Amino acid sequence: MVANHLEEEESYLTSKKGIASWLFTLDHKRIGIMYLASIMFFFLVGGLFAILLRVELWTAGDTIVKAKQYNQLFTLHGAIMVFLVIIPGIPASLGNFVLPLQLGAKDVAFPRLNLMSYYIYVIGAIVALSSLLVGAVDTGWTFYTPYSITTDGGVVVMVMAAFILGFSSILTGVNFISTVHKLRAPGMTWFRMPLFIWGIYATAIIQIMATPVLAITLLLLVIERVVKVGIFDPQLGGDPVLFQHFFWFYSHPAVYIMILPGMAVISELITTFSQKRIFGYKPIAYSSIAIAIISFLVWGHHMFVSGQSELVGMIFSALTFLVAIPSGVKMFNWAATMYQGSVSLATPMLWAMGFFLLFAIGGLTGCFLGTLSVDVHLHDTYFVVAHFHYVMVGGTFMAFMGGIFYWWPKITGKMYNEKMGVWSVILVVLGFNLTFFVQFIMGAQGMPRRYYHYLDQFQIYHQISTVGSFLLGFGFLFSIITLLVSLKYGKKAPPNPWHAATFEWTETASPPIEHNFHHQPISTKGPYEYDQIA
Amino acid sequence: MVANQITKSHFPLAVHFANPEQQVEAGKLGMWLFLATEILLFGGLFVAYAIFHHLHPELFKAAHRFLDVKLGAINTVVLLFSSLTVVLAIHAAQKNKTHLIVLNLVITLVCAGTFLVIKYFEYTHKFHAGLLPGYFFTNATVPSPDQAHVFFGIYFMMTGLHGLHVVIGMIVLLWLLVRALKGQFGEQYYLPLELGGLYWHLVDVIWIFLFPLLYLIR
Ligand SMILES: [Cu+2]
Repeated sequence: MVANHLEEEESYLTSKKGIASWLFTLDHKRIGIMYLASIMFFFLVGGLFAILLRVELWTAGDTIVKAKQYNQLFTLHGAIMVFLVIIPGIPASLGNFVLPLQLGAKDVAFPRLNLMSYYIYVIGAIVALSSLLVGAVDTGWTFYTPYSITTDGGVVVMVMAAFILGFSSILTGVNFISTVHKLRAPGMTWFRMPLFIWGIYATAIIQIMATPVLAITLLLLVIERVVKVGIFDPQLGGDPVLFQHFFWFYSHPAVYIMILPGMAVISELITTFSQKRIFGYKPIAYSSIAIAIISFLVWGHHMFVSGQSELVGMIFSALTFLVAIPSGVKMFNWAATMYQGSVSLATPMLWAMGFFLLFAIGGLTGCFLGTLSVDVHLHDTYFVVAHFHYVMVGGTFMAFMGGIFYWWPKITGKMYNEKMGVWSVILVVLGFNLTFFVQFIMGAQGMPRRYYHYLDQFQIYHQISTVGSFLLGFGFLFSIITLLVSLKYGKKAPPNPWHAATFEWTETASPPIEHNFHHQPISTKGPYEYDQIA
Repeated sequence: MVANQITKSHFPLAVHFANPEQQVEAGKLGMWLFLATEILLFGGLFVAYAIFHHLHPELFKAAHRFLDVKLGAINTVVLLFSSLTVVLAIHAAQKNKTHLIVLNLVITLVCAGTFLVIKYFEYTHKFHAGLLPGYFFTNATVPSPDQAHVFFGIYFMMTGLHGLHVVIGMIVLLWLLVRALKGQFGEQYYLPLELGGLYWHLVDVIWIFLFPLLYLIR
């Protein structure tokens, strides 16, 4: 009955036409799509740099580029993937689309601010790419002083880009927190909110608390480079390690800006595709907040060998292990949700399973690195590279893809080909492990990161990794093709193809109308009561 | 113009809010969150100040004497007064007195301008005396001149960033003034005045911390 009634009005995709209706839209759904398209574009650009890096490492010494270009390539890869892809990633695209729908709201609290933050993102992206005109940066995405104040190239431009992108991130965070506080549907108490919202909410808290510190750090770095103010430059009485403290005070929490939204998506996928109420709703919700809080207390684990005192190192090491507790709480609750559920292995659920495997490896190797004595041996090796990619790609990006495949019918109104979807996951998981698992081994054997040259003994690992990266790249391309093909050939999506219980599925059509709902949805039960769906 | 008179105290409710109350609360929450990020932004500089003060306490004591306490104190009074006039503008709106809103906003803007003019004189004096950050420091009369530039680096960054906020605040005030002149504020609707006022108070509060930290060491 609901479905028939909803057919009558045009969807948000067709209600207004023309390019201007997109560029100046205040609709959170359209803004979410613009973010998604931009983020995917930069994902492909960053991925291309990754492939070039792996090709260069096929042989020791020069393969396709020289040492300097190699440094520029890994800097571009890192900066683009971190600042333009994973940090905005899930919150700006899926969060924008889904959050108001799940809350039963017509839009985010500040739609104009939302559009503005998108354009700030675009400006930041343009500035980042224009650093190539001044001369590509070769500092790595971390911009460590004093190298970043002495090397040539467009460091100032790239750093300003990250500064601008930070603003976009802050405004999104402000918007989401206000939306969650003030625009929940009647009856939707905090503990009736879907867990996706809890995760995005915790992320937004980190976004507004950590990003300003990055902003001031980057601003100081620019000033240091331009007018030589003597804050970070040891020659002028400054302290280069202070930069590392400032930088990681943001950038460790930023890792949770990246992973928490991934966990948020996984909570939705696991419970929907198990058709069982989530096990431990409150622990999962609170663990997001716990991760957000602990994330501010562990930055020193990046500086075990930067000359901080042994005692401080021990404290940071101990605090780092605390992160494993809320992460473990989530993993075990998800597993318990699947237990005795009616699990269906549809494509989004397969992405979630991929997340499970890869994030477990990434998270546990994080414990190795958080151990003071082990880290002294492993720091700055490929072990760190592998760990980071297992968490960021194996964790966040798998969840991101899972989320896209999950909400795709809602966003576009089309169903994709399930077989192609399954193959995308298989290709990505295989390619990913082939690329990065060997990096743990060579890292443990002492292969340092950020080197374009290596000893002969590492060649076999590098070559396996390069082959894997091609498979991985193909897997991601194949997933994107699967989605794009569905736009033309996909079957029309029903309002609730997954038999999910949250508002975006139960209360509106696929795709939704411009103002989301014909009638204000009212929350009368928890978000995962599958036996009570009409 | 007649239309303005009629819509004077009308609340422009956005489509996605259920009622004016919800819109006002969301706006205020958003502003407070934004102010929190501003405080954290300055927080980075306060930490840098604390660290370098800790490293060179004698230097900070010696170098701060080159700042003009009298001008700093005048600026403090000017900003405090402007915070009062912003509040008066909101009160005027609640009583539907458009001309008083306009008058108070103009006074606030004049105060902000005065602050910047005084800051300009302070800065030019330092430029002439060579009391500049890092590399550009040329003053030989300061004790331990090879390190004193650190203090002036911090001085210029903190007051410079604050000055930038004063300029942004003036743009906001100007925008509010234009809207007030159009008669858009009244007892029903004065949310933008409140939000702009909050921002202006923040600019004021930050200066209240900067003044003793930089001008009144010990
Ligand atoms: Cu960390």
